[in-house]
Amino acid sequence: MDYLLAFVVGGSICMIGQLLIDLTSYKFTSAHVLVTFVTAGAVISALGFYQPLVDLAGAGATVPLSGFGHLLAQGAINGATQKGIMGAFTGGVTAAAAGITAAVVFGYFAALIFKPRG
Amino acid sequence: MSGAAISEKQKQDYAKIVKQFKPAQRIWRNIFWAFIVGGFICLIGQFFINIFLSQGLSTKEANSAASSTLIFIAALLTGLGVYDEISRFGGAGGIVPITGFANSMVAPAMEYRAEGLIFGVGAKLFTIAGPVLVWGIFTAWAAAILYYFFK
Amino acid sequence: MTAPQKIGMQTIAFQSPPVIISTGSVVGSREGDGPLAGTFDKVVADTYYGEKTWEKAEQRMMFDSMKKALQKANLQENDIDFMLAGDLLNQIISSTFTARSLGIPFLGLYGACSTMYESLAVGAMMIGGGFADRVLAGTSSHYCTAERQYRFPVEQGTQRPMTAQWTVTGAGSMILAKEGSGPVITHATIGRVIDMGQGDSQDMGAAMAPAAADTIARHFMDTGRTPEDYDLIITGDLATYGKRLTEELLKQKGYDISKRYTDCGILIYSGSQDVHAGGSGCGCSAVVTCGYLMELLNSERYRRILGIGTGALLSSCSLQQGETVPGIGHAVVIESLKERK
Repeated sequence: MDYLLAFVVGGSICMIGQLLIDLTSYKFTSAHVLVTFVTAGAVISALGFYQPLVDLAGAGATVPLSGFGHLLAQGAINGATQKGIMGAFTGGVTAAAAGITAAVVFGYFAALIFKPRG
Repeated sequence: MSGAAISEKQKQDYAKIVKQFKPAQRIWRNIFWAFIVGGFICLIGQFFINIFLSQGLSTKEANSAASSTLIFIAALLTGLGVYDEISRFGGAGGIVPITGFANSMVAPAMEYRAEGLIFGVGAKLFTIAGPVLVWGIFTAWAAAILYYFFK
Repeated sequence: MTAPQKIGMQTIAFQSPPVIISTGSVVGSREGDGPLAGTFDKVVADTYYGEKTWEKAEQRMMFDSMKKALQKANLQENDIDFMLAGDLLNQIISSTFTARSLGIPFLGLYGACSTMYESLAVGAMMIGGGFADRVLAGTSSHYCTAERQYRFPVEQGTQRPMTAQWTVTGAGSMILAKEGSGPVITHATIGRVIDMGQGDSQDMGAAMAPAAADTIARHFMDTGRTPEDYDLIITGDLATYGKRLTEELLKQKGYDISKRYTDCGILIYSGSQDVHAGGSGCGCSAVVTCGYLMELLNSERYRRILGIGTGALLSSCSLQQGETVPGIGHAVVIESLKERK
């Protein structure tokens, strides 16, 4: 059941991205899509609506980049409520550290090892 | 005699013709495959989360570990020249998941490798990841500040 | 004080038409899989062409196409008076670096994808005006170098709309001479930069079609000719949708070219090659003209062709700043005159 929910919810979130691309007749590039999703994820998360989606769909909500925004927002908000102002500065990136570091490290290695094929 | 400048009226008339001749975009096809491809990537993510949970990791840790695994796979597939085909076919289905984020880091870094390790790989890793992190971190910070003062 | 070889507003009619004595063309594997494969001198399967980077590969393609043209004409570098070339990369490095290797006195040109026809027009003028005996003209483009400069790195996953075109990997070169055997250049119509307010970087055909139509109509007015005077009218890289727009715009100006009109970007790939609207880039009109069209003219299947090189004059900077995309079209008339002395 959790697989079905992950598939349907994750697929639906991607459909929204596709609509953004198609309805702007491709003026929305992948960079626009990614920035929009991370920002929207953080905003929706701050309003308290993203966690229920994560509880429902698991990876369907955490794998899309809006999940990354959710992670940043929850980290920063929890930091602020627990440690005050400084927590707002440290919480977000701390929560998302694994993803950021993984992307930098694996990206760096891939860039060194592979040559683009074209 | 044709004057040099082109009037707004001429531009508007031409825009109408362009619109009329423009091919219909394959919106339904695109949305369908974005759903399938994106859904499938999330399904794989769920598979990893379940594995890590069964290894005794907490939900938070399992999520992070699953994301990192997906990022690793995406970096590998980008290096092998497969990931761009996935996104070309699946559109946002390949772009929106965290794998698309990883692809957007690896692809430019790989291509600009010839321009050195600092301005080539180092700088280009963040061509798209840079804006994503700026917007993500800023939004999260602003939300936390608002929470701090108004809650 | 009128210039003796200029007619009408934008056209040059050469009193002693320069001869295309030799051509060279080198293409990539996708072009080599296309329907015109047999008309090219060389097909290169490796996108790197044995070099370390794609930029170097593009350079080597241009170098090879020029060497090929020289070799076919039995000439050496020092038999050529001037070299004219341009390409799409910043500061036209493919051309300048090729000129560095060849050592021929060099003038760099930039007309985006219209560069082949621009260099033909300028080269023909140099010969027609008595300033040179032999001129080497050429251009190149490479899918991977152009894609990265104008859009995204090639391994980055993006989706392309149906109007998007595929940059041709290839280089084409021609040797123009005062005397010799081969097709001749009788007229050249220099285009104006036309901007109809199109700003979609994924729909270059729509940006360039007004410039192509303007130049074609101007050519007919200046020369007093009609579409029926030509066996073939061919634009450079407007592809499927740009071609339809050009036909429509010319119909509005009172010219029906549809029966004898096609586009290099449509010919170079077959429908099954997933290139969306068709081919584009400097190499597109260059290799089709140097390969396929020369074959048609040399075999006298066509006697008179009106070719229009089309270019979209944008940069990644102008695009980012929200500017619209201006276009240009240069027309050259090529005739097969075998019986000419």
